[in-house]
Amino acid sequence: MTILTNKADKIDRLAELTQSSEAVTGTSLWREAFRRMRSSKMAIIGAVIIGAFVLVAIIGPWVAPHGPTAQNWRSEVFPNQGKFVGMRGENWFGLDHLGRDMFSRWLVGARQTLLVGVVSMLIGLIVGALVGVLSGAAATLGGKAGQRVDTVIMRFTDIMLSLPSLLLAVSIAAVLGQSLTTVMIAVGVVQIPIFARLLRGSMLVQGGADYVLAAKAVGIRRKRIVLTQILPNSLSPVIVQATLSLATAIIEAAALSYLGLGNPDPAIPEWGVMLSQAQRFFDNEPMMAAYPAVGIIITALGFTLLGEAMREALDPKLRG
Amino acid sequence: MRIFKSRAVRAITTAVAVGLIATGCSSDRDGGDAKGGDKDTFVFAGAGDPGSLDPALASDGETFRVTRQAFEALLEHEPGGSKLVGGLAEKWSSDEAGKVWTFNLRQNVKFHDGEAFNAAAVCANYDYWFNWKGTYQSSAVSYYWQTIMGGFAKNEDPETPKPNYKSCTAKDDNTAVIEVNEPSANLPGGFSLQALAIHSPKALKEYAKQDASAKGDAITYPKYSQEAGTVAGTGPYKITKWNKGNKEVSLTRFDDYWGAKAKVKNLVFRTISTEETRRQALQAGDIDGYDLVAPADVTTLEKEGYEVPTRDVFNIFYIGMSQSANPALKKPEVRQAITHAIDRENLVNTQLPEGGKVATQFMPDTVAGYSDKVKTYPFDTAKAKDLLKQAGEEKLSIDFCYPTEVTRPYMPAPQDMFELMKADLEKAGITIKPKAMKWAPDYLDATEAGSCALHMLGWTGDFNDGYNFIGTWFAGPDKQWGFKDQKVFDAVNAASKITDPAGRTEAYKKANEAIAEYVPGVPISSSPPAIAFAKNVNPPKVSPLTQENFAEVSFK
Amino acid sequence: MLRLVVRRLLQLIPTLLGLSVLLFLWLNRLPGGPATAILGERATEAEVARINRALGLDEPVHVQYWRFLKRIFELDLGTSTQTGQPVWDEFTRAFPATVELSLAAILIAVVVGIPMGYLAAKHRGGWLDVASVSGSLLGICIPVFFLAVLLRGIFSVQLQWFPSQGRLDSGINATDVTGFAVLDGLLTGEFDASWNAIMHLILPAVALSSIPLAVIVRMTRASVLEVLGEDYIRTAESKGLDKKTVRGRHVLRNALLPVITAVGLLTGSLLSGAVLTESVFDFGGLGSFIRTAIDGRDYPVLVGFILFIAMVYVLINLLVDLAYSIIDPRVRVH
Repeated sequence: MTILTNKADKIDRLAELTQSSEAVTGTSLWREAFRRMRSSKMAIIGAVIIGAFVLVAIIGPWVAPHGPTAQNWRSEVFPNQGKFVGMRGENWFGLDHLGRDMFSRWLVGARQTLLVGVVSMLIGLIVGALVGVLSGAAATLGGKAGQRVDTVIMRFTDIMLSLPSLLLAVSIAAVLGQSLTTVMIAVGVVQIPIFARLLRGSMLVQGGADYVLAAKAVGIRRKRIVLTQILPNSLSPVIVQATLSLATAIIEAAALSYLGLGNPDPAIPEWGVMLSQAQRFFDNEPMMAAYPAVGIIITALGFTLLGEAMREALDPKLRG
Repeated sequence: MRIFKSRAVRAITTAVAVGLIATGCSSDRDGGDAKGGDKDTFVFAGAGDPGSLDPALASDGETFRVTRQAFEALLEHEPGGSKLVGGLAEKWSSDEAGKVWTFNLRQNVKFHDGEAFNAAAVCANYDYWFNWKGTYQSSAVSYYWQTIMGGFAKNEDPETPKPNYKSCTAKDDNTAVIEVNEPSANLPGGFSLQALAIHSPKALKEYAKQDASAKGDAITYPKYSQEAGTVAGTGPYKITKWNKGNKEVSLTRFDDYWGAKAKVKNLVFRTISTEETRRQALQAGDIDGYDLVAPADVTTLEKEGYEVPTRDVFNIFYIGMSQSANPALKKPEVRQAITHAIDRENLVNTQLPEGGKVATQFMPDTVAGYSDKVKTYPFDTAKAKDLLKQAGEEKLSIDFCYPTEVTRPYMPAPQDMFELMKADLEKAGITIKPKAMKWAPDYLDATEAGSCALHMLGWTGDFNDGYNFIGTWFAGPDKQWGFKDQKVFDAVNAASKITDPAGRTEAYKKANEAIAEYVPGVPISSSPPAIAFAKNVNPPKVSPLTQENFAEVSFK
Repeated sequence: MLRLVVRRLLQLIPTLLGLSVLLFLWLNRLPGGPATAILGERATEAEVARINRALGLDEPVHVQYWRFLKRIFELDLGTSTQTGQPVWDEFTRAFPATVELSLAAILIAVVVGIPMGYLAAKHRGGWLDVASVSGSLLGICIPVFFLAVLLRGIFSVQLQWFPSQGRLDSGINATDVTGFAVLDGLLTGEFDASWNAIMHLILPAVALSSIPLAVIVRMTRASVLEVLGEDYIRTAESKGLDKKTVRGRHVLRNALLPVITAVGLLTGSLLSGAVLTESVFDFGGLGSFIRTAIDGRDYPVLVGFILFIAMVYVLINLLVDLAYSIIDPRVRVH
């Protein structure tokens, strides 16, 4: 599922991108990247999709014509006979299998989907960053003992990377019980080793950079070097990865719903839940699955396109 | 570039070629043996692998579906019904007290391994089970023996039930007499169970040489039960191969069968775990039939011309209430309010296959002992609100558990059914806290321990006796329900002690009325499980007990 | 090089041991036990207690762990609590299925992905580039389970080109030699069976290949672009060498190196997708195997399996490193 799972190489590669800031300062790197992204078709398409998605997520609940959980028309749909109600004036997307307005559910579901994506990405990012920074700082500045700490932490994240992410998520869900929080934690935990490796990698690169060596020579305290020099310069690959992770998180959350581990209250609309519910009626009413599916695919595509474009824009080797 | 280009071209050509051959092959698939006129293999898909080829070691329907074609018990149910009829015994009778059971056996019956069937063979089976030791005494292995006949000659665990089986004597070649210590509600129904089907004495001797063991962390089933070759019964098919990698059990017609011979030569049971996949496999022509059809698929398949018979109802779906999990449930008004709040009609109309019924008591109307006079609690949201007010529970907030990733014959779409009922209860002003759990073990553990205030469960009957339903829940205090009501318990137990069938039925009716008065939970519905067959199949008579006899199947 | 191998292998031991302790403790925190999973609706408290006693699950965790460890050293993986089958038997049945499926998926990804990535790089910024990159990205963005169901609905139910599930048709005469259905047919001369197995393999493999395909397209593209920017290519071109030769000989050869590494690593990482694909197609591989184990709280199976995966991963990493240093002497492995 995760594109980058087990791809330690790729993560390290991304980490190396920060090398470029040796030559240019952080701001001009970003300005340069931004300039190049404006002319990238991928970036523009991605940004437009994400913009639209976020807009729907914000205003969706206000503009939804009906209550997303109200089974207003439940006497009109008969899942046991394969009779459903498709598009019509009152219900633009038709009704779902329990007589709820699909359009309202879709609109409100966008916010829930975004929430799951963002929160789980943040869990992965924050915990992963802590682990990575710790490990990276220990390796660059901690001497022999530090290097040992670094090795232990990295072996551990390596193994986490090697485990099938879904297996990890399923077992987390089994221990914590089923809830929306569990979904977010499960999806987030899978991202931890990715971010950890990424930050460590870029800190190692930075640690050897001339300006850090210069700072060391001048006698600036180690902690200060990490906080003021290394960390800020390591952030750009993290932002790229975070964007890509949003896509993964949304898809992974949908997979968990499919495996029956989603939000325990299926009445609350979320695209992954809606898709796995509608899939059972795919032959009778394919559109019921199509709306949430298109939502997930397009959104994930938006984040991936933007992330890839950013990666490309930041990569000095691909310039020109 | 040339090197690369040529390679790329070759790769693309190969891909296209594979595609074309695939297309070509598709016509093979349609015209070949898959849909031919005189097919000699019938492939049927179930939802799970059988656990063992020896039914005595099993307690699940997937195993019994397979073994039922190869093994027969002393008694059987009439084809397509739930009435007990003779099986390997043509006639049977019991003494007044219900302790001595005499069976007049069918003659000229042969086992698959050539042995002759007689009274000695019957007794060899019962004595073999009675003398089980070690791991065989675990209820995971011998569940049904323990349910019907109690414990063993020498119980090894203090918690194993007392043995009820006393002896089996071969009075003459064709008369077997089985004696029990106490009369039981589970007899004579129990004699019809697959778990008590009769095996060849020669095979039994082989069985006895092997052992089930509980070394390490798990029970290891004896080898004979895991591969074809040793097991031998008297049924119309014999088991020839169990291919676990391909998840298939193959059976072949037994030509010396005493009754009507099987019409199709080969029978294959295949495991396909999801219902979508089973349906699509049927539509794609990969299989000739499957069980556990989703209600939504019944109409679809019928429209496309498939044979989709539905069985008579023989199950019950209910909302269980664990009074220990939420003290408010101890108030009768609250339990009644919940019952009034749920729109069972709508649920049956929209979720169950045609033929589904609203339930009024904890057994379907096909079971002897079903009462027309039980107190009913029709859908009435206003009344529910009223009752809650009387109980002082207007702000009731309650846990409601439902299982994920499972369908049961009585519960074809658990999540959807949960959502409907949740909306109903919320309309009556109750706050529902949904809890989703994996069916096994989480959900079953939680409901069993009584930690789910409201939960959805059900039961499919093993044989036609009321005790098999209400005795399961209301014969005494049970954590799942968390209540003590002597009136209910006494009514249920009184019924089970009466040996005369008519008297017993009357007593079950009284028990049902007492239960309905108390409202321990909400009986919701009985659902007729559907079974689907390909267009060119003459299906067997479908059985409410899901005991289809595949020897009746033929191709058009 | 030998020292490297020995050191890596020695490092493996404490890693796996530590991991096994962690796993055992973690899994023991999973609620519920195998007993309820075995008994279903029929479970009662007393029955559950009896089964747990029979299985030794009422003993303290460290006793259970010690027993587990002893068994591992005796190369006995124990018995599945769910099926009563030796774990090793189940594993050897499931493993070839997944390997077969993963290899087929990787094969599709490589055969389609490398040319696509190369062409995209060659026409960078053009419509071909945008199309192949967005197309492959789309592959990542479709949830695998949805893609699998979609593919089956179209190619199996509607068009009836491919079988809808399983590894072999019923009634196909296949002798089990290695467990690899395709290979078995070839070995025993039962070509029908081989062909049948291939047909069963195609749809799930296509579904499973969506992610590796996308990764390979992008890697090839990036890698080719990078090499195109290298000095030696410019030198070669400025020397007046035929552009085609340059691209074929130099660009591809150098660009494919990282792609090959990625392919190696990707193969190991297909398992998550395999869980979903196998469950849609009832393929009976490790995906289904491991899900049954999780559902049934089959601790010994789970721990053994995770250790196995971790070991395979470490070994694949080692092999990739070794291969790298052989192919490219500039890379020195520490």
